[in-house]
Amino acid sequence: MITKEDVEHIGWLARIDISEQETVEYMEKLNSVLGYFGQLDELQTEDVAPTYHVAEIYNVFRDDMVKDCLPQEVVLANTEHKQDGTFRVPKIG
Amino acid sequence: MVYENPEGIRIGLEIHIQLNKLKTKMFCGCSTDYHNAAPNTHTCPVCLGLPGALPVLNKKAVEAAIKVGLALEGEIAEETQFHRKNYFYPDLPKGFQITQYDFPIVSKGKVVIEGEDGEHTVGITRAHMEEDPGKLVHIGSIGKSKGVLIDYNRSGMPLIETVTEPDMRSPKEARRFLDKFRNILEYLDVFDGNLEGAMRVDANVSVHWGTRVEVKNISSHKGVERALLYEIMRQKNVIRRGGKVSQETRHFDEGRGVTLSMRTKEEAEDYRYFREPDLMPMRVTDWISAIKETLPELPDAKRARFMEQYGITDMHARSLTSKIMLADFYEGVSAKGADPKFAATWTADVFLGELNYRDLAISSYDGERIGFIHAKDPRIKNSFKVSDMVELINLFAEGKISDRAAVEVIRTMLDTTEEKTPSRIIEEKGLFKAEDDLVTKAVAEAIAENEAAVQDYLGGTEKSLNFLVGQVMKKTKGTADAKTARELIVKELKG
Amino acid sequence: MAKWMSVAQVKERIKESSAEEVTAHYLENIGKSKINGYITVSEKALDQAKKIDSEGHNGILAGVPIAIKDNISVVGLPNSCGSRILEGYVPPFNAHVIEKLLAAGAVILGKTNMDEFAMGSSTETSYYGPTANPWDLERVPGGSSGGSAAVVAAGEAPLALGSDTGGSVRCPAAFCGVVGLKPTYGAVSRYGVVAYANSLEQIGPLANNVTDIAILMDVIAGYDRRDSTSIDSKTEYQKALVEDIKGLKIGIPKEFFGEGIHPDVEKAVWNAIHKYEDFGASLEEVSMPNIKYALASYYIIAMSEASSNLARFDGTRYGFRESGENWHAMVSKTRAEGFGTEVKRRILLGTYALSAGYHDKYYLKALKVRTLVKQDFDRALSKVDVLMAPTMPNPAFKIGEKIEDPLTLYLSDVNTCPINLAGVPSISVPCGFTEGLPIGLQIMGKPFDESAVLRAAYTFEQNTDYHTKRPQEVA
Ligand SMILES: [Mg+2]
Ligand SMILES: [Zn+2]
Repeated sequence: MITKEDVEHIGWLARIDISEQETVEYMEKLNSVLGYFGQLDELQTEDVAPTYHVAEIYNVFRDDMVKDCLPQEVVLANTEHKQDGTFRVPKIG
Repeated sequence: MVYENPEGIRIGLEIHIQLNKLKTKMFCGCSTDYHNAAPNTHTCPVCLGLPGALPVLNKKAVEAAIKVGLALEGEIAEETQFHRKNYFYPDLPKGFQITQYDFPIVSKGKVVIEGEDGEHTVGITRAHMEEDPGKLVHIGSIGKSKGVLIDYNRSGMPLIETVTEPDMRSPKEARRFLDKFRNILEYLDVFDGNLEGAMRVDANVSVHWGTRVEVKNISSHKGVERALLYEIMRQKNVIRRGGKVSQETRHFDEGRGVTLSMRTKEEAEDYRYFREPDLMPMRVTDWISAIKETLPELPDAKRARFMEQYGITDMHARSLTSKIMLADFYEGVSAKGADPKFAATWTADVFLGELNYRDLAISSYDGERIGFIHAKDPRIKNSFKVSDMVELINLFAEGKISDRAAVEVIRTMLDTTEEKTPSRIIEEKGLFKAEDDLVTKAVAEAIAENEAAVQDYLGGTEKSLNFLVGQVMKKTKGTADAKTARELIVKELKG
Repeated sequence: MAKWMSVAQVKERIKESSAEEVTAHYLENIGKSKINGYITVSEKALDQAKKIDSEGHNGILAGVPIAIKDNISVVGLPNSCGSRILEGYVPPFNAHVIEKLLAAGAVILGKTNMDEFAMGSSTETSYYGPTANPWDLERVPGGSSGGSAAVVAAGEAPLALGSDTGGSVRCPAAFCGVVGLKPTYGAVSRYGVVAYANSLEQIGPLANNVTDIAILMDVIAGYDRRDSTSIDSKTEYQKALVEDIKGLKIGIPKEFFGEGIHPDVEKAVWNAIHKYEDFGASLEEVSMPNIKYALASYYIIAMSEASSNLARFDGTRYGFRESGENWHAMVSKTRAEGFGTEVKRRILLGTYALSAGYHDKYYLKALKVRTLVKQDFDRALSKVDVLMAPTMPNPAFKIGEKIEDPLTLYLSDVNTCPINLAGVPSISVPCGFTEGLPIGLQIMGKPFDESAVLRAAYTFEQNTDYHTKRPQEVA
């Protein structure tokens, strides 16, 4: 079961601001889902290999060939926060 | 002699190098040639992390990683794959970095360096492939930043991160390791260390076998040595005052030459690694032997061959093989008819010394000329022809010019970009060795005109001989051979 | 012009009059819509159609209009994923499937509504409001490709593309009484579809009949070098449209008929299965004991991958941005305001499932259970050609009915999500009604054996008339 502190911690890891009141709501809802996930504990899986992907493909590569890049104005077209060809954001910390 | 490591220093390095000899980035077709480009002009949906774009791995990057692994005498993983390292930072357009985690492509390698007590082996823990983040420019200083500007041209550059064992026992050894490592990478033709940001180093260091401190993001070899010297002094002083070195991450202030504690993190990082679902695993075992065959002769082997084949000293061989392009230039000069021993002296001692004095870094060699570029100002570049070096060495070997004149020619050629052969410069500057009778005449004059000095010399003041030689040189405008002049004076005065 | 048309009828109509007229007809239907199926209607659709008329086009879909789910990138059209956080974002590149569609001459009508980032089964979590089910405007159309299914059902497009991560094409197909296919993992390039759960999802077609699904698959499927998980199966989908299933072996996995299934749904599905027997197929009950763990496994994997995929939405380069005193604060506020509640829940759960100390308990465990589920499919499909089951255990529910309790909503994916864990193809076709609401029959096949699935679906369709029924609410 996750605690209020857990919710705060994963909220920070996921960079989602969570208010005091939301923390409690999330805690309840997340715990009900995690409770359901707990049913997997019934299964013995020590000798089972994980399946990351159903497709068993190996060695997918690209040749080292240059392709056209996007023009700078297209790259910056989706934001108002730009300066001298760069993206502008607030100071980091 | 065994180095005792009296202060119990352990240094380990984590080195990020850009595979900047590849044409394209790690996972997209954007060109890696972004260094002089306007910001955000070398980007595409993939390296900008636009929603829906998918990475596809550059085959050459994998080949390069295998090459590096083999050159480091490491093990190449039979099956390897990519993971996502999840964290938030503005230079990271996807909110995660594609990197390798528990299955790095290279593990357990080694590099032999010239250590405090002769040959010293530094263990390589692992080397793995990953992508470079973009570049941040802080408006104002980092501390009082008003904002951050982001350029994603660097985003997605192919990197190899190499992690060493904490086997280095002094800042000097760390620097030697980096020099050797860079040298190997340049031999493999996967890396150009002259480009800005091509190599970034994190160092961890402890004294008295104690707690290790990590110093982040050092951008030059000199910087590493300076950062480590400072950090070791700092740690020793903490201990001397009865304190305890705390485990932390510090950053190196290049300008001030000090390491500073990075702001403590409010929350511990948790990268939540998991396998990158958009990339498939690799099985590269079949390629290894083929790549092994294409591996070039590496620095140590080349050094041994040079000594054997050209009969040159270990010191010269070491110096000449410290740069693949210099080694090739030397071989070119020797192959075109210059005496290999003379060629070694003139290339390793004089030519390289003059380059270093001018802060010029060797940047190319095409079989005919070796090119160099100013370490700080890339607009300053020049080159030197093999044939010119051959001509110069031969003129010297035939006794047609003095060693001083030869040095003068090299300096002239480095300082102008005019295309002139050595003979032409020698002629223009009147540097051909003076005829013998000219020197004899100058000696006679010098003795006649400097009675006092002659008496002093005969009275036992050796210094006065130098004065007389100087007079001869003056009279012959430097074209006389100093040694010959000296011999002639002595013969004249003492019979 | 008939409100609902098949691709063949559309092409007939274009021949008789023009592509422009056909597109105008659908734009008019969209203009009178009561269902809120589109987030964006393309301003360029008519021009595109006119160009096809004036220049001619010999593509298989020349002049045929299509609706695209709003998580598939189209140059020049906003790509919102039903989320505020992508407000104003217009992709500068086309998805692979869009390139294929344009090359085939298709006219893009617009972008359809969806659950935010495809996380839902009801199309209620969209920032742009819920889409109504054309059969009952108070009910959900299913999700997450609810807009795509609803506009096809309502005659606002003859064809649509959706994406299916855990049932997101088949669920709304069943709820809206249309046909929807989830192709084998790897059959259709994911390049340009905004990732929710990369290892599970595929783009899938929606249409009023099986033939049109096959036509669309022939256009969009195939190898794409830009998607490392793409596989060239060389399937010719229209060739599979054969009305003959004699000797077909059908497996009935009893686990898909579990408790909570609506009796009318169960009845309709069994009726359909017995029809197959009449056509000469044989039935066999198969056991898939791990299916009951599929839902938990699916959600853990999907949320884990999603927590990472959605990290790029940080207000830095595009989309919505909230202000903050520093970058991290800006990002945290942007994501708090820009994402809806359900998306945030899934990101938090996924973050938790991957975090230090819980990775093995949740994420790794789920991947192991995925192996067991896949083995169930391998085993069952080694004995039979296809599996049949209800697509959804219940008909469409009321808007707002399940939105408060995430777990209840998750449970509605119980019959669809195992297919995504195994990566096999699966189609939902209309097979009956209960109180005026459509019911879907789900037909699952072996990996890259879409042909068997399509043949079974086609044969059923040729011998029934469920697919010809139209919702009166929007007639
Ligand atoms: Mg790294
Ligand atoms: Zn790129």
